[in-house]
Amino acid sequence: MSLDNPTTPQFKANARQALANENLQSALRGARNGFVNGRAAARAKLGPDEFDALRDAGRDLKNHVLANLGDYLEAYEAKVTASGGHVHWAETAEDARAIVLDICEQAGAKTVNKGKTMISEECGINDHLAAHGIKPVETDLGEYIIQLRGEHPSHIIAPAVHVTVPEVRDAFMEAHPHLDAERDLSGLDTLLAEARGELRAKYFEAEVGITGANMLIAETGQSIIVTNEGNGDLSQSLPKVHIVMASIEKIVPTMEDAGTVLRILARSATGQDMSVYTTLSAGPRRAEDPDGPEEYHVVLLDNGRSNMLGTEFQDMLRCIRCGACINHCPVYQTVGGHAYGWVYPGPMGSVLTPSLIGVEEGGQLPNASTFCGRCEDVCPMRIPLPKMMRHWREREFEKKLTPGATRWGLGVWAWFARRPALYRLGTRMGMAALRVMGRGRGKLASVPLAGGWTGSRDMPAPQGDTFMAQYKRAQR
Amino acid sequence: MPRVALFVTCLVDMFRPSVGFATIKLLEEAGCTVEVPEAQTCCGQPAWNSGDRATAAKIAQDVIRAFEGYDYVVAPSGSCTGTIVKDYPQMVEEAWVPRAEALAAKTHEITSFLTDVLGITSVAADVPRLATYHDSCSGLRTLRVKEQPRALLASAGITVREMEEAEVCCGFGGTFCVKYPDISTSMVGDKVRNATETGAEMLLAGDLGCLMNMAGKASREGRGIEVRHVVEVLAGMTDTPAIGEGK
Repeated sequence: MSLDNPTTPQFKANARQALANENLQSALRGARNGFVNGRAAARAKLGPDEFDALRDAGRDLKNHVLANLGDYLEAYEAKVTASGGHVHWAETAEDARAIVLDICEQAGAKTVNKGKTMISEECGINDHLAAHGIKPVETDLGEYIIQLRGEHPSHIIAPAVHVTVPEVRDAFMEAHPHLDAERDLSGLDTLLAEARGELRAKYFEAEVGITGANMLIAETGQSIIVTNEGNGDLSQSLPKVHIVMASIEKIVPTMEDAGTVLRILARSATGQDMSVYTTLSAGPRRAEDPDGPEEYHVVLLDNGRSNMLGTEFQDMLRCIRCGACINHCPVYQTVGGHAYGWVYPGPMGSVLTPSLIGVEEGGQLPNASTFCGRCEDVCPMRIPLPKMMRHWREREFEKKLTPGATRWGLGVWAWFARRPALYRLGTRMGMAALRVMGRGRGKLASVPLAGGWTGSRDMPAPQGDTFMAQYKRAQR
Repeated sequence: MPRVALFVTCLVDMFRPSVGFATIKLLEEAGCTVEVPEAQTCCGQPAWNSGDRATAAKIAQDVIRAFEGYDYVVAPSGSCTGTIVKDYPQMVEEAWVPRAEALAAKTHEITSFLTDVLGITSVAADVPRLATYHDSCSGLRTLRVKEQPRALLASAGITVREMEEAEVCCGFGGTFCVKYPDISTSMVGDKVRNATETGAEMLLAGDLGCLMNMAGKASREGRGIEVRHVVEVLAGMTDTPAIGEGK
């Protein structure tokens, strides 16, 4: 997958490959219930009523922000500027790439440290920097692992969730040839310690640190990141230049509002009360500060988001990127994140991707849902994800992107469904045919034109005549 | 006596009429007068979920016209009930919204209707067997049907042994199961394995779509578990062959 060439249109083929990949399936099985159980325990501990009240508060807060987005962004910009920082407005991913490269080149950067940022992924920053002779170094453990493997994240908060422990060991053995070849790398602890040791030296080499932002606070001009490894702190405070990359909907009005989101964020994501590190940054180092960057830049990315305002997809901009919908999605659990073919997987990706890369490219994703509703049930911002996936299907139907056979089948079915007498006749004949084919065995191993079903499942045969026919006979 | 219209659902009509008759039996035992409006075909969900709003609206309006004259509408399906209750008010043309809301307010899934509306706590059937229960997604998450079937099953002597991930989708998802057969197959494979691992004799659920999916997979894999709609058990009508089994 490359960011400029999403494989999203090949979702079905990607999914088939993912199902046949035994390592991936093993990793997915291993990860399947950890976050799910974690969130459930966190909700129980806080109290379901309080948890759900926080979800209401989060939804209302974000709706308020989206209704006043321009005002809050301008207030934020003024605060950042007053503190000596710079705000850069990036309308597209390409703009963001150019802005970041320019800052890095001005700083004479050879190495850039990265805290975890999905906006950087969305903009393809790593490849862009590397193409211009600047080395990006991912400092989040998961991101570090996939960088070594030459991959993109398969999950927005657990980027290497698709990788098994033996695969991580192999990657480390190859990437760290200066270490003892006989060392023990069998456990997560030893892998974490080794990554920490390797990254420690790199923190001091980098001229620029790039982080994301979980939130931007309009009242104070601060940005907030949450991490569990502390890598964000080191990425942003040691280099002489700090770049924050954030999308425009990350803004909240006040510190207190940020507190509301923080209370629900980690609980929804990993089941922690709070992430281990919650770090605020607020501009360049002041005269009295013992440390901190000399320059502070914020790149605010739109990349299609403002086009979602005022449409049926606006609610998606409430998303705080906790990953709960992804963790609970049975389709994601079955195929993993790379099958989705672009930056954002799972239900949030299935709504967001068509918004950002176009429904022509991303339209497979909102179709690949059973509408089981588990995503909406766990979303801390109460985003009606299935409803928005259905809105994409409506757009596809209007644009005639829905496959011809599906449209034709729907048309025929609907014509009968609106004519009960003919429908009765048709269903009786159809069921009679299936019964003949079933020859009293109660099931059919194959049915013409229904290979999607009978390829892997038997088709239960109809019991007898239709209910409506039997009922009518019994009434007489 | 409340006058109840049975919305039989298209799958029950075609594949498993016994579920319709079991529903009628339960409703009559609970003191209802049951009628089956002849103009019914389908709730329109396939069009709605395929993005064909105009067709979905027309079908919804047909259903409203056929069913709005009764005290209650009851269906042996969380999925179709969910469509009428939650989606119709958004689905229909604007002038129809009040009628859609009125129908939504009196439409119920069968186990929820018996317990939540009629206050019934036990059924006459006595089926002392071990079962596991799959919570179909629409029933569970759209209508919050979870304890209702379990309470009624307990009254019929059924012991429910919960499976792992009982609340996870079985992979049916309407047209999803044929549009994405590989993913659907993997999901229903997990579901049938979880169900079988409980050691239960029967796998029960309240939606025929999920049941046909699970029964079809269990049958293909030779799992030997008896798959039935919950109302068949509650009505004591387990003498018919289970779903996907011959006579």
